[in-house]
Amino acid sequence: MKLRELLFPLMAVVSAFAVGAIVVLIIGDSPLQVYGLLLGSALSWPDGIGYTLFFATPLIFTGLAVAVALRGGLLNIGAEGQLYVAAFATAWVGITFAGLPSFLLVPLCCLAAVVAGAAWAAIPGVLKARFGSHEVINTIMLNFVAIALVGYLTQYDYRVAGDPIMETAAIGETAHIARLGRFIPGLPERIPLNVAFLLALVASWAVYVLLWKTKWGYEIRATGQNPAAAEYGGISTRRQIVMTMAISGALAGMVGINEVLGYRYRYYDGFSDNYGFTGIAVALLGRNHPAGVLLAALLFAVLQRGGVPVDAFTQLVSKDIVQILQALVILFVAAESMFRWRQKVTAGRGKGEAGTREQAPVAGQQASVGKI
Amino acid sequence: MKLELRNVTKRFGAVLANDHLNITIHSGTIHAIVGENGAGKSTAMRIAYGFYTADSGEILLNDEVREIRAPRDAIAFGIGMVHQHFMLVRPMTVTENIVLGAEPGSAVALDLRKAAATIRDLSEEFRLTVDPDATVETLSVGQQQRVELLKALYRRAELLILDEPTAVLTPQEVEEFFAILRRMRSQGKTVVIITHKLSEVLAISDRVTVMRDGRVVGNLNTRETNAAELARLMVGREVLLRVAKSPASPGRDVLTVRNLSVQRVQGVSFDVRAGEIVGIAGVEGNGQTELIEALAGLLPESQVMGTISFGGRDLRAVDARRRREIGIAHVPEDRHRRGLLLEFSLAENVILGVHYRPPAASGAGAILLDQKAIDRRADLVIREFDVRPPNPALPARALSGGNQQKLIIGREFELPPVLLLISQPTRGVDIGAIEFIHRKIIAMRDAGCAVLLVSAELEEVTALADRLLVLHNGRIAGEVDPSLTTAEEIGLLMTGGRH
Amino acid sequence: MRDIFTISLVFSTIRLATPLVWAAIGGLYSERAGVVNIALEGLMLAGAFTAAAVTFYAHSPWVGVTAASMAGALVALLLAVVCIRFKANEVVAGTGINILFLGLPGVLSGALFLSSGSTPQVPQAELLPTLAQLVPVAPQWRIFTNVSAISMLALVVVGCTWYVLYRTPFGLRLRSVGENPEAADAAGIRVQRMRYLGVVLSGVLAGIGGAYLSIGQSSLFTRNMTAGRGFIALAALIFGKWRPVQTMLACLLFGFADAVTIQMQGVVKMPSGEDVPVQFIQMIPYLVTIIVLAGFIGQSRAPGALGVPYDKEA
Repeated sequence: MKLRELLFPLMAVVSAFAVGAIVVLIIGDSPLQVYGLLLGSALSWPDGIGYTLFFATPLIFTGLAVAVALRGGLLNIGAEGQLYVAAFATAWVGITFAGLPSFLLVPLCCLAAVVAGAAWAAIPGVLKARFGSHEVINTIMLNFVAIALVGYLTQYDYRVAGDPIMETAAIGETAHIARLGRFIPGLPERIPLNVAFLLALVASWAVYVLLWKTKWGYEIRATGQNPAAAEYGGISTRRQIVMTMAISGALAGMVGINEVLGYRYRYYDGFSDNYGFTGIAVALLGRNHPAGVLLAALLFAVLQRGGVPVDAFTQLVSKDIVQILQALVILFVAAESMFRWRQKVTAGRGKGEAGTREQAPVAGQQASVGKI
Repeated sequence: MKLELRNVTKRFGAVLANDHLNITIHSGTIHAIVGENGAGKSTAMRIAYGFYTADSGEILLNDEVREIRAPRDAIAFGIGMVHQHFMLVRPMTVTENIVLGAEPGSAVALDLRKAAATIRDLSEEFRLTVDPDATVETLSVGQQQRVELLKALYRRAELLILDEPTAVLTPQEVEEFFAILRRMRSQGKTVVIITHKLSEVLAISDRVTVMRDGRVVGNLNTRETNAAELARLMVGREVLLRVAKSPASPGRDVLTVRNLSVQRVQGVSFDVRAGEIVGIAGVEGNGQTELIEALAGLLPESQVMGTISFGGRDLRAVDARRRREIGIAHVPEDRHRRGLLLEFSLAENVILGVHYRPPAASGAGAILLDQKAIDRRADLVIREFDVRPPNPALPARALSGGNQQKLIIGREFELPPVLLLISQPTRGVDIGAIEFIHRKIIAMRDAGCAVLLVSAELEEVTALADRLLVLHNGRIAGEVDPSLTTAEEIGLLMTGGRH
Repeated sequence: MRDIFTISLVFSTIRLATPLVWAAIGGLYSERAGVVNIALEGLMLAGAFTAAAVTFYAHSPWVGVTAASMAGALVALLLAVVCIRFKANEVVAGTGINILFLGLPGVLSGALFLSSGSTPQVPQAELLPTLAQLVPVAPQWRIFTNVSAISMLALVVVGCTWYVLYRTPFGLRLRSVGENPEAADAAGIRVQRMRYLGVVLSGVLAGIGGAYLSIGQSSLFTRNMTAGRGFIALAALIFGKWRPVQTMLACLLFGFADAVTIQMQGVVKMPSGEDVPVQFIQMIPYLVTIIVLAGFIGQSRAPGALGVPYDKEA
């Protein structure tokens, strides 16, 4: 049964690529060339693999963020805004406390990332718990607000005078975290793959433990599955909504650690290449499970890495094709029931019971639809 | 109209819901179809109405084979159906609901006035009084049923299929309803009732078909049979229609309710003592749901007025989690909505409500779940309460209604509780499991538990309760000794009459 | 302050509310049928791009608008198939459509115009006309007809929708399908077909709303030019309790907020005397949406079966 479950994401990916190929054909380029570039460039060493793993890092974080939220019955489209706020907060701490030694400053910056992300995500959480307004619209609105807010702060308060680029001043040296090139022979340090990647792996494991081995995870999943039953079981669904959004935001916020502490060493406006939205595709493809998220993040990182040569070397296709593939993956994963040949029947159903409906079984997904 | 199902077969995936059915319903009769939950009776009639299509077999109307692929076809042939759960659009008016799908006027302009006139004529002819301009939301259940009947009659139905029509009626309303059916029969209509209430079958029907496990096991003239025989046919063995119960010996006060008011409930006062079963009878919708949910701690405190004391201790500001901790268990009336996490395994469902403390959660700070302890608990519940299939890793979704209910009851009974709140314990549960559940409830009482039992099934609540309270319009209409009171007297209280 | 509240503010409001009205009324058809439509944003983008591209080739805005409505219908049909036939989670599928139209216009414009996401500019004469350009009018009244034809059409659409929804059998059936699809099915109504219709209609209308953005209010298509308007339209629909006239009023309110903030730029100063930073002004429509939703969602009564796929053999 487990193996069959893995088949569906695979078929979704294959279908998405098939439709993508048709799009490329219509435009007038060769799908073989495009896909060759898309996938091939990820395999070289050290640049291909190094950059792919580096691109995968933020996608793992946002994928985990969306997955945790979906397990709790919430659709967090605000990872984009949350990671921007978190990245800025990280830089701010790195700049303001630049004098502190490494063992203090690095954890402090990480804390800032996590807290800022959690706080920004808690806002729509509170709005839903208190007023019932749907998190989809609120998180999207807050994305726009976050980008404007952070842009303002960068432009007016934290830019180095005379710097034409929209970025803040550099963070203190002691806030830097090591590039993996320092530890892996053959991997040059110019490749930005850094310790945050290891943090992403640890976070994946931690999310697994949280969701299935702790009582907190039980409560998150129960609320996502059936809020009325969760209430009956003594779980406060209102509190769960806020907590789940906060955890989700905290995970999204970790992107800031990778970006600011490990790569640019400052906040660079507009640094995110749609990590928040890609995270949705990653979570769905990974069926909201950390292991799946890792694999899906890797796939999308491969695509992202491949987008650059596609842009450069093909005549007509731009790297937007990557976004199109993502969207197709989302649609095919959502329409999963098209891949199910036999109807899944339970023992009680034929007996005329007012039983449960057959739904796409990814946990927690249906709970988030609501009245919007 | 004569309806015949010939060799009708229907499968839902792995389940054979109807197995080569042969049923003949003669014109101008009232015909009952009985069977346990899951016997396939609703499925068979839904095929006749076009809701489902049979995999094989034929439908004959007045001895001619007919193709019925959708309700549209059935309606065109003169078949009407009133479902167990009313198919009404609540925010719309009575008229709008009745004409939906058969609207008078043109495609660009509804003619609701003509519709209202027709409806008024029909109301008079069959004495089904209802206000055409009222919104369905505002109607009582009995009135809503009349709207459903008018819907069928408006479309000139000659054969009416009624699925569990008396489930929501008081004994008096049932009598009125029977009178309506007799009037219809005298007008030449054919009526099919799907029901599990044997007493009503014997009271109103001309012929009865018994179904079991998707097959027809008996076609009888009602006059020639009795309840015991019908029950035996339904189940396949001798059935105890009433579980043996020794007299109660109640102990100290466990639950004291004074002047409780919340939503529909108004000024309710009663006590429940250890070792007794207090039953609450009443037609659904008279406050039972709110009462139990308030006692379980599931309603916002701000809405609850009056006092609730448990063993002398005020329950105000004690939340649902804490109430379970101090020994109040709750078997909810809607097991899919409140009682189970359908996608979770049986084991995960067994710890719902106790998942955050030992033995389910262990170690420092009780954060990690102790899988071994959880599995042990699940095995215990599954064994003691005969849950089938006995596999704790299955999702709850995979169990039948009766087994799901046994799981919930096992979970709550094993706490073990001091006070047990049970609501509709055997709704949608097959007869074999009903016996089992009734026996377990009495066993809890005999072990000293205080039990508050709410049920809309009058037979069930009078059989189990030591003392019976009747709820009407949110108030207690009276308290009776169920062994000394007749159904008619109780029915009078259920409609607000005085005892 | 007085400088802000002028007659031009009224026209600004109408201009800014127009795409919202088209999208929101479109959403109404879908949601009243019971299908959540989060993809209004993507549908508008589809319409905007199609209108700009087609008008560039066809040299007529009306051809462009028609093409936009067809594009919207097609994309909505895709959404409908995924949600109704394959019972996908409607919010997830809608999000997929939105993401699709962040990238697809870019790829298509790259292929057609060798640009990085925008279409080439359409000359003024080929943009959607104002009422004044269509109907000759005496000079003293001309100021009142300085309104786009599409805006006036929006008003007509609102009126028609009200009539259709409450005074025709189609509207009755549509509403029943959204409130209680089982009851509608039992009454003989083809539930899935009505839902398809509702969703496709929403695509047509939202597509026209997008067309107005690219060839009515502006003269070309730029990447992601809707900037969240599709979601604001959805918020207006909720605020308007899924009713045509109230939804239109809600759109006007949002349009007004937008118009005021534009006027404010350069006029309202911070206490220190400097201009209010543009970013804060940009934030205002989004913050207003959040506040409105929080304040009014509790009082809004959604169609009963909204968001629940109908599967009768379950």
